[in-house]
Amino acid sequence: MSGVVVVDYGAGNTHSVRAALAHLGHTSVVTSDPIAVREADYVVLPGVGSARSAMKHLRETGAANALVERVGDSGPVLGICLGLQLALESSEEDGGVAGLGLLAGDVTRLREGRVPRLGWAIVEPWGEAYYFAHSYAANTPFATARADGVTAAAENGSFLGVQFHPEKSGPAGLDFLASCLSRA
Amino acid sequence: MPLPRLIPCLDVARGRVVKGVSFVGLRDVGDPVELATFYGEGGADELVFLDIAATVDEAATMLDVVTRVADVLDIPFTVGGGVRNLEDASRIIEAGADRVSINSAALADPSLITRIADRFGAQAVVVAIDAGDGVVHTHGGRVATSVATVPWAVEAASRGAGEILLTSISHDGHREGFDLELTTAVRAAVHVPVIASGGAGNARHVAEALRVTDAALVASIVHENPSGLAGLRAEIQGLGVALRPLRRHHG
Repeated sequence: MSGVVVVDYGAGNTHSVRAALAHLGHTSVVTSDPIAVREADYVVLPGVGSARSAMKHLRETGAANALVERVGDSGPVLGICLGLQLALESSEEDGGVAGLGLLAGDVTRLREGRVPRLGWAIVEPWGEAYYFAHSYAANTPFATARADGVTAAAENGSFLGVQFHPEKSGPAGLDFLASCLSRA
Repeated sequence: MPLPRLIPCLDVARGRVVKGVSFVGLRDVGDPVELATFYGEGGADELVFLDIAATVDEAATMLDVVTRVADVLDIPFTVGGGVRNLEDASRIIEAGADRVSINSAALADPSLITRIADRFGAQAVVVAIDAGDGVVHTHGGRVATSVATVPWAVEAASRGAGEILLTSISHDGHREGFDLELTTAVRAAVHVPVIASGGAGNARHVAEALRVTDAALVASIVHENPSGLAGLRAEIQGLGVALRPLRRHHG
């Protein structure tokens, strides 16, 4: 497979996701062009930055509508960290931000433990440790995996979102990315 | 809570990894990209690179190191030293680092912490504190300021630091154990995670630190025997501290 699009929302670090994809043999382009987002074989919505500026960028470029249309058309999308959180209906980050609505539910600030939540945690029921770095988390009936009670993965139709960073989670993370791409 | 983290620290000068004792007497111990890959495969939970020779001329050399590390490393890494402003931080993060560590620049202008956090998120900002005799030190630990350690950690966290990297100057390089009292005092005062740094001499020292805080920085004990990292992890786990389970690395 070729043609992986890593969605650009102006927040910087797409380097690691692209390096991980390259390691698995997939070339990728970084763009927020709506046509590219609709037509790619696979789309990754990565996770750095703030919810408000990310959503603003996605709406202004038309990438937000393209993502919704793509998932409506069964096109696979993987959201990572903020990329998962943007898929919910709303987030309380930055005083309240409307999301893409690909997953029912909302995003709230972590209220237990040290925040930001940094480090490796075992994701159940998968039994593997992955790397987390976040201050907000998704609350959704579509959650499929959890770590320490926090939503670690959520899936609805062709959208899959993960709170952890597979591109920063060693061999287990690369295996996870490879399995996502092979299902596409 | 996430699992406690073991974090090798690589002091970098002129594109090479070096290590000193009490911040002086540097020795060359290796190539940063080679060591990063090796530690990544050996079970490091994260890495920290500190550019200890940071000058304006060296910035390009360090950015090149960051880019090459980001191309091969599949665990998170932090870069510190020479981060003076938002532009420096942006260049390092855009080159592929997950987080930047700021030290004297944050003391000189605490609003820098907030500006980096607003742009990249709190998880991307580590505030490094070199502490001794109750006060923060600058210039690689040589110059004492009048700023008290614990209140500065509290201010850094409230301004948006996502983690405190706390080095005890008196313990650093001596391999007689971490400063558990200082680490405990700082951690009790802030809501963000705290990395203990300075003094790791053996697995027992690391285990002691990981019982009181979120992460431990190690340098000499891993640099002298990089292939011993897996053994060190096993020893720490044998002392009852749960680290992340490792998987065999891809070829």
